[in-house]
This record gives sequence, structure tokens and C-alpha cells, in this order.
Amino acid sequence: MSAVGPDPAKLYHRKTPATWWLTNRSYFLFMLRELSSVFIALFLVVYLCQLYQLSKAPDAYNAFTQKLNSPGWIFFHLVALLFALYHSFTWFQSSAVVLPLRIGERLISRPIVTALHVGAWAVVSVIVLILFLALKS
Amino acid sequence: MAEPTITLNVTRYRPEKDRAPTTQTYVVPYRQDWVVLDALNHIKDQMDGTLSYRWSCRMGVCGSCGMMVNGTPKLTCAAFLRDYYPQEIRVEPLVNFPIIRDLVIDMTDFMEKLKSVKPWIIRKEEKPVSEGEYLQTPAELEAFHQFTQCINCMLCYAACPVYGLEPKFLGPAAIALGYRYNMDSRDQGKDQREIIGNHDGIWDCTFVGECSVVCPKHVDPAAAIQRSKVDVTKNWFQSILLPWGQR
Repeated sequence: MSAVGPDPAKLYHRKTPATWWLTNRSYFLFMLRELSSVFIALFLVVYLCQLYQLSKAPDAYNAFTQKLNSPGWIFFHLVALLFALYHSFTWFQSSAVVLPLRIGERLISRPIVTALHVGAWAVVSVIVLILFLALKS
Repeated sequence: MAEPTITLNVTRYRPEKDRAPTTQTYVVPYRQDWVVLDALNHIKDQMDGTLSYRWSCRMGVCGSCGMMVNGTPKLTCAAFLRDYYPQEIRVEPLVNFPIIRDLVIDMTDFMEKLKSVKPWIIRKEEKPVSEGEYLQTPAELEAFHQFTQCINCMLCYAACPVYGLEPKFLGPAAIALGYRYNMDSRDQGKDQREIIGNHDGIWDCTFVGECSVVCPKHVDPAAAIQRSKVDVTKNWFQSILLPWGQR
């Protein structure tokens, strides 16, 4: 039996435009989620530089920390923090999809699984904050 | 009083004379209970018999009538005119597929990908008929049942930006289908579905998640893909750490 089908030469191929992620809200939020890792990476580079300065003289470290007090750097760190929070929250949303949790036979709903993750995150953060304040004083 | 109408802007592409797709405008009667498919059928019956499109069951079970409605992949039998009225409705062929004619796309790639995951029960040893059926508990069925609901409508492929940018990607429906068989307690063929764990399988997926949003049967292919990632990774570690282990 001979192959019957459309003439491949006459098929019209549409290319995905580079602006595909601007066409709907889900795609845009996805790209923000992916972009968050860039800001986290940039923060880590600054942090590593700060640690490196710490390994040198106290003057070097203090001079570096003074530079970070500028409005520009504070703004960058605020933006990086917001992206890091968004990154973590979307990670917990993804965890709820990957791991179906059950109580007995009943499946726990995804928003609740996400909330449980966020709750555990909050508890750990509070513990770390208490430890930090205790060690500081 | 004049009958209310709604405007449809429909993609036309006639390969024998068009170089590229164009848009043709049709003004159809607006009825409260009509879906986009009813409007297309009205156009075909009463206005322009040359319009080409696929449809069949008109009730959301066959998967034939998938098209882009105002830029969103939808089954046109499930897209009500009243949800768009009085705005104009743009009807285009499903994106990420080549256009054959008007609203009809070429699904060859999709069909090949479905076949490539070996969507049948694979046994290491077949049970003889005399031993009776394979038994399965309700819990075992529940583990994969959701992933059996796919109607092959390809809306997930139209929604997936990875498939749009990388045509070699296996895609949501094919991976969900492979996962369905991997999770079936009667199946023993997971190691034969290695295409799922390949570079153009699950690892091309970046969990955009739009496939699950547009799926009309709530198959949740995104979940199937992410769970497959966990599964494949676990198996890989097991094969490295316990190479003598039999699954």
C-alpha cells in the first residue's frame, strides 16, 4: 500500500517567536521563576566575594561591607531576596505535584501540601533566626 | 429585532494557491448554547464549504477538534461562544504543528512519538491463558488510572513551549502514556521504555506546566513527567549502587 499523506513541501511551518513567553500569564511567571536562579547566582557571587574579603584583613572586609550599604546594592539584594522567596515558593508548589501525599487512602490536596512545606520552611527559618540572634549576643 | 451575531476570524491556508496562511472573517449567528465547533459547522454548511477542519464526537471524548481559540489550545466542542461574546473570536490551527490546510495540522510526529514509548503491556514472561487473568486491586488501578484518560487531542503539545522550540522533545502525552504503562502493575517493561529517560524525553521538560492546564481530561501530564524524573533517577542510582539487583 503506497503512503498517502500531505505533500511535505506544501506543509506550512510556523516558528515559535522569541516573545512566546509574553503571550500568556503562565508562561511569563514560568520565565520569572527561571530568572530567579540568575539573581540567586548573582547574590552568591557577591556573597563569596564578601567571604573572600573576610579571609583578608578586617579593613578589607569593612570597606567591602560599606560598599554594600549603598542604595544600589541594597536594592539589588531586595530584588534578589524577592526572587529567592519566589524560587522557594514555586519549588514547594512543584514538590506537591511530584510527591502525592496521602493520609490513609485520602490524597492531600496540592495547595495543602504546598502550605505544609511553607509552614515547615517558616519553622526552620524561625529556629535559624533564634540561633543567629543567640550566637550574636 | 436582528438576530445577534458574533465574528470569527479563521485561519485559511490553501497549499495549492497560498504561500502563507491568511485570516478570513465570518459573521455567524450567536446562540447561547453554541460552541465554536457549532459556529464552524454553520460556516461550512451555510457560508463557505471550502473551510477544512477536523471534528467528530462534538462532546469532548474523541480529541479531533483541537484548535487555538484566542491563542489558547482548546477543544472547539468545549469552547462556548458565550464565554467570548461580544468580542471577536480568533480560530487558528494548533500551534507547534505544521499546517496541511486551513485548520488541519499534520500529526505524524505526534503519532510516531506515541508509538515510540511502546504503549502496551510488556511481560518478561507471559502468563498462559489457562492460568487466568492478571488480577489488579483497585489501589493498583488507581496508581495509573488518571493517565489512561488521554484522548490524544494534542492540546498539550500546542501548549508546550519546549515542544515549540525543540521538535525532538517526546512531549507530554507520549510521556504520560509511557508512565501509564510503567505504573501498571501488570507491566514489566519499564527497561524497554528507555526513550522516556533519554535526553529528548523527560529531561527536555522544564516543568512549565501549561500542558496540564490545557488538558481537557485532567490527565496531568506534567505530574507524569516530573514523577518519571524521580523514578528514572532512582532507577539509575539503583543500577549504579546495586548492579546485581533484579527489579
